[in-house]
Amino acid sequence: MASTTTTVPVPGASAPAGRRSQRNVRTLPLIAPSVIILFLWMIVPLVMTLWFSFQYYNLLDPSVGGFAGFENYTFLLTDPSLWTAMANTLFLVFWVLVITVGLGTLLAVLFDQEFYGRGIARLLAIAPFFVMPTVSALIWKNMLMHPVNGLFAFFARSLGFPAIDFFGSFPLTSVIIIVAWQWLPFALLILLTAIQSLDSEQKEAARMDGAGPISMFFFIILPHLGRAISVVIMIETIFLLSVFAEIYVTTSGGPGLASTNLAFLIYLRALREYDVGGASAAGVIAVILANIVAIFLVRSIAKNIAD
Amino acid sequence: MQLRQLTLWSAAGWIAGTGLALAQGQTLTIATVNNADMIIMQRLSPKWEQATGNKLNWVVLEENVLRQRATTDIATKGGQFDIITIGSYEAPIWGKQNWLVTLDDLGADYDYADIIPSVKNGLSYNGKLYAVPFYAESSFTFYRKDLFDQAGIKMPAKPTYDQIAEYAAKLTDKSKEQYGFCQRGKPGWGENMAFIGPMVNAFGGRWFNEKWEPQLTTEPWKNAINYYVKNIREYGPPGATANGHNENRALFATGHCAMWVDATSAAGYIYNPKESQVADKTAFTAAPVQVTSNGSGWFWAWSLGIPASSKKVDAAKSFVKWATSKDYVTLVGNEAGWVAAPPGTRKSTYDNPEYQKAAPFAKVVYDAVVNADLTKPTKDPVPYIGIQYVAIPEFQGIGTAVGQQIAAALAGQTTVEQALETAQRSTERTMKQAGYPK
Amino acid sequence: MHPKTRKKLILTLVGWLAAGLIFFPIFWMMLTSFKTEVEAVATPPKLFFSPTLENYVTVRERADYIHFAINSIVISVGATLLATLIAVPAAYAMAFFPGKRTKDLLLWMLSTKMMPAVGVLIPIYLLFRDTGAIDTRWGLIVVYTLMNLPIVVWMLYTFFKEVPKDILEAGRMDGAKPKQEVWMLLLPLSLPGIASTALLSIILCWNEAFWSLNLTTSEAAPLTTFIASFSAPEGLFWAKLSAASTIAIAPILVFGWMSQRQLVRGLTFGAVK
Repeated sequence: MASTTTTVPVPGASAPAGRRSQRNVRTLPLIAPSVIILFLWMIVPLVMTLWFSFQYYNLLDPSVGGFAGFENYTFLLTDPSLWTAMANTLFLVFWVLVITVGLGTLLAVLFDQEFYGRGIARLLAIAPFFVMPTVSALIWKNMLMHPVNGLFAFFARSLGFPAIDFFGSFPLTSVIIIVAWQWLPFALLILLTAIQSLDSEQKEAARMDGAGPISMFFFIILPHLGRAISVVIMIETIFLLSVFAEIYVTTSGGPGLASTNLAFLIYLRALREYDVGGASAAGVIAVILANIVAIFLVRSIAKNIAD
Repeated sequence: MQLRQLTLWSAAGWIAGTGLALAQGQTLTIATVNNADMIIMQRLSPKWEQATGNKLNWVVLEENVLRQRATTDIATKGGQFDIITIGSYEAPIWGKQNWLVTLDDLGADYDYADIIPSVKNGLSYNGKLYAVPFYAESSFTFYRKDLFDQAGIKMPAKPTYDQIAEYAAKLTDKSKEQYGFCQRGKPGWGENMAFIGPMVNAFGGRWFNEKWEPQLTTEPWKNAINYYVKNIREYGPPGATANGHNENRALFATGHCAMWVDATSAAGYIYNPKESQVADKTAFTAAPVQVTSNGSGWFWAWSLGIPASSKKVDAAKSFVKWATSKDYVTLVGNEAGWVAAPPGTRKSTYDNPEYQKAAPFAKVVYDAVVNADLTKPTKDPVPYIGIQYVAIPEFQGIGTAVGQQIAAALAGQTTVEQALETAQRSTERTMKQAGYPK
Repeated sequence: MHPKTRKKLILTLVGWLAAGLIFFPIFWMMLTSFKTEVEAVATPPKLFFSPTLENYVTVRERADYIHFAINSIVISVGATLLATLIAVPAAYAMAFFPGKRTKDLLLWMLSTKMMPAVGVLIPIYLLFRDTGAIDTRWGLIVVYTLMNLPIVVWMLYTFFKEVPKDILEAGRMDGAKPKQEVWMLLLPLSLPGIASTALLSIILCWNEAFWSLNLTTSEAAPLTTFIASFSAPEGLFWAKLSAASTIAIAPILVFGWMSQRQLVRGLTFGAVK
């Protein structure tokens, strides 16, 4: 039986017109549980959060109370660190995406080839995804990147170079490296299996037409990976927007605000001081911002996903 | 005869029954930090469990996580914990809210008079004790006797910061990875600010004036922070902004530092040849002063408190009494070695010849703790208590934000002037939002 | 040498180099777990030393690993099962009977994940306190199910779309009802895809360290709490933390490696023979 490749769109009429409405009604009870539960899950905390965002509510100081109007919002929006945090967030997401997707694609091509011990090598390459983010961050910070005790410093010194102070001089970059290391296996896995579904007949045909490895890559492999890359970007973005543990453990957002992203800023301004009103307002702002990013993202890669 | 036997038997039965009921015991949930002293307490606690028939459920967490978890629970009256380990920062704040049970009634055999007064004051509010001290510490100066002797320098009993800078200059040799001045640079109200706070005090500065106005752009602050940044850059290890207490301790223990001003509680480990390579080369002196000695050594105590929402207050009181008593100190001394006895809380510990023998730094530590007066932390009067912190709930956020700015200055991302400006503005904002003065 | 063999050797070298570099930090951590504390922070870093098991002993003494591990397993697997159960019908409906609003619905589902957890900690804690859910396994299972539901729905939706419609058409022609369609045809065909989604969900639950720390105390505490008791105390702790981390990630690593073949074979974005 001939196999179908993913890029050929299947015609949408899966049922004759007459029976369609019947089918649609029956889909409701199927979707309902997910939708209702998610709706409740979203709406209850959202309503509570919205409510708190308009109150003065400091957990540590019950004497503070009462309606705050938009005070919490203005306090946050006039915080000069807000823009830095947003910029850092976008910067972080962008670069981790670039590294994981770029490197992930190359590695996927590599691991698709036959070589000795490929299975084991693959296992090693996906291991980082299984390690807890806090532990990963601690390992990188103290055993590898530390300018005195760390391994990188040791290598640098053996070669005669001074050790780099990763977290002091390049805080955001260091965090990006750690996060990219953690997410690379995810991208690798998804892209690798997408490559493996590439029809070998197509590849043969292209090779017979005289295509070298570079043009094979750009004209055959890459387009085929379109959907897989979109899914990777989609899912990673959601998680990367709220990276927290790695920053908390390594730089605590610093020095200054150099590695503070939005999630961390919320933690600093609101949770640290148990200013529930402020934290709630910040949460609402974060949701609005994230939704903007998501809409933008989906619009631009939507066609790759839902065809 | 029959009646008497019956009475006797029923009496016996009743006693046995009650005894059984008492022996059932309760299960208490205790949350604690993962410090070595607490770990020892966890290890020795079965003795209390056996003696009282109660059981303990241990929740051991890293300090920041513990603080967040405990505060969330106690402030929402979640009722998850029966005993919490809290610091001298939380004790007065939570005591004020009546979130903790008062602990003035543990009995005469507890010997309240034996507890060092500064420690007791640090854990009280309005004269009532809200937490019992498990161990207390101040800060002092660790230095390498061998390096000092080699360079022909004699360390005074109360060095000034200027003198420290002088010695650091002579004792730094970066090519040999020997640094004269290893200090905390990692941002955080309990990290770099724990060192910077007392340093600013020593330079004559204060966090707030009597009207609660932040003072971060005053002369003493500028002098102190300029000193800090200059000396760490010239005489400190690289990557200082990532070094907190642990990292500096590792550096000192592996022989890279000539001087280190930090917690007295680290003395036991530096002195232990199993944990440090400089055990026999280290000496101690008071924390540096400058224009004043007020607030030059910090004060911190880890203590045990009982949330008001606990339903097992009596059993909890029994445990906290046991874990902070004179007998417990002796127990640790015998089981874990006298050098590991919980320091800084009771005079009797320091009068004990065994402890004095095992811990030659004991006298310096004792003096530091006794002199750490929370109520007079600065040269000029202030409306708050606390030496390296200000005992208001907003301080966690403020301290960390200021610590971040100073770390940025240290890393060279901004000048000291700018850092202090930004810190001042951010603190003003927070204080206004919180409604000060009040 | 035959050119093909040479190519294979070069690939082997490059492949192993890449894998080794990526795996190296984990390898270093595992190595450290067998050192003493002083050795762990020694400069220059030691590659050769006499290994000791004292860290593992200490870790075992101090905390009941089994209890934490069981909690982690129960919570992760439980949440994954629940999420999959709820998601399969929804993904089925959206993949095969897409309406006008399907894309918006999917997008909305994703948006529920946009609220950073730190912002809703207190409201959720209050909710949990009032429903008695603090420190219960089911409480955490509910939170994780809801956390992962959008991702699970999304991924299942994507996999279901890959299943060739002609096979399902054929089944429908033969008179199969929708329930049979799902059970007998769809699920077996997309089983590898479901497996990989489940694996992703389990990993996300296993490593989640915000809710698990704040919503549990001792009864339901998973391995993330276990790790939190070994990180950053005063003093040297690297060797102990490494030991604790090694045994904390061991189950998930083994599980991931075992199911990885299933994963790789099954995350097929297209050809199903």
